[in-house]
Amino acid sequence: MFPAAFEYQAPATLADALSLLKKHGDDAKVMAGGQSLIPLLKLRFARPELVVDIGRLPAMSSIKRDNGHVAIGALVRHVDVERSKDLEAWLPMMVEASHWIADPLVRNRGTVVGSICHADPSGDWGSVMLALGAELIAHSQSGERVIPIDGFFQGPFTTTLRADEVATGIRIPVSKGRSGGAYLKLERKVGDFASAAVAIHVEMDGNKIAKAGIGLTAVGPTNLKATAAEKALAGHEPTDQLIAEAARLAAQAAEPKGDIRGSAEYKKDVVRVFVQRGLHTALGRAKEGKA
Amino acid sequence: MKVSMKVNGAERGGDVEPRVLLVDFLRSNLRLTGTHIGCDTTSCGACTVLIDGEPVKSCTVLAVQAEGRSITTVEGLLEGGALSPIQDGFHQEHGLQCGFCTPGMMLVATALLERNPDPTDDQIRWAISGNICRCTGYMNIVKAIQHAAKARAEKPAAAAIAAGGE
Repeated sequence: MFPAAFEYQAPATLADALSLLKKHGDDAKVMAGGQSLIPLLKLRFARPELVVDIGRLPAMSSIKRDNGHVAIGALVRHVDVERSKDLEAWLPMMVEASHWIADPLVRNRGTVVGSICHADPSGDWGSVMLALGAELIAHSQSGERVIPIDGFFQGPFTTTLRADEVATGIRIPVSKGRSGGAYLKLERKVGDFASAAVAIHVEMDGNKIAKAGIGLTAVGPTNLKATAAEKALAGHEPTDQLIAEAARLAAQAAEPKGDIRGSAEYKKDVVRVFVQRGLHTALGRAKEGKA
Repeated sequence: MKVSMKVNGAERGGDVEPRVLLVDFLRSNLRLTGTHIGCDTTSCGACTVLIDGEPVKSCTVLAVQAEGRSITTVEGLLEGGALSPIQDGFHQEHGLQCGFCTPGMMLVATALLERNPDPTDDQIRWAISGNICRCTGYMNIVKAIQHAAKARAEKPAAAAIAAGGE
């Protein structure tokens, strides 16, 4: 299958990339690893006049920690997360989630930030970032813009990223106290999209949950943040009863559609069970004292 | 658009439209038809090649993205005219039936053993999880890769294969 014809540019600097986007606007599409965009081009769901390959831009492949954040560059691939000893220490939930992305060959090329900007409601990273309260960093000729991930997803494959912007990275706040996370995903086979998946993050203050983040995958028009469930947990000591209630609220927030992967009712219940299980796991991990 | 890359150790080039996929460049322009097209939708792994030593699906890479990179296809696995340990493993353990997935399986296995010379069965299964064998001959594929791991351990010199020309 061939994509429709397009022009291709692989700028060597961010300034060049931004100037191309300024000029071409909606007619241009940014590509990093291409693992979402190339299939769309081949199926001709996307027909840009220009593909701007940012794959050769310098200094975007790092995973760094600075000023209370973990900063992940736009060219960090799924496999880089999988193999990152730093992330294993700082944000093990990301490493846990990375194993579930597509398959090993796709993970060798696809990028975290590219996947987030693709905004597939079945994408895994969106939920992870919603749970962690991440912020996307975007650049345009007018400068830098910091976009909280909550609100970034507008609809299926639709975000608030502007046509003249390049997402150059994502940053994740590092919790001050003990914290724990978990990513649970149900997929029919390796490489299939999730039937449903949940990302869980908890931060502790003594015996109480200071803050909880819950992201839901493949059960709505976008990755969803289970806000009511998060609120129910914050400020309370976790009990089995509270966890069950939060799981119920998270399932209520899910808006799945029935399809070949399962009925809507089934997927909602998967969310309930996974949030319950994930909270127990995340709280257990937080207790083990990992910061 | 002019494109040039190293393919199996040799400098190769061509003039392609940006929309030409790496798999089509390899098969049609360079006549290296060992790289197969299976699903053409990033699902099956029949089109697997190594870019700078890492396995990727060449139906989901533009030829122009491979500019300046080092590509290894199944045609590049031979070592000095002899079968590589992976190729020999597939031969000895009957790691193929129809053979359609075999180039991809062997390239993934080659990259795996470069990173992890002594994998468990589980690690092998994990590594080949992006490659589909429609004959379902997975048992022998795993055995073939284990065979190769042992052969490499016994003969380390032969293990220095040109994965990505590195």
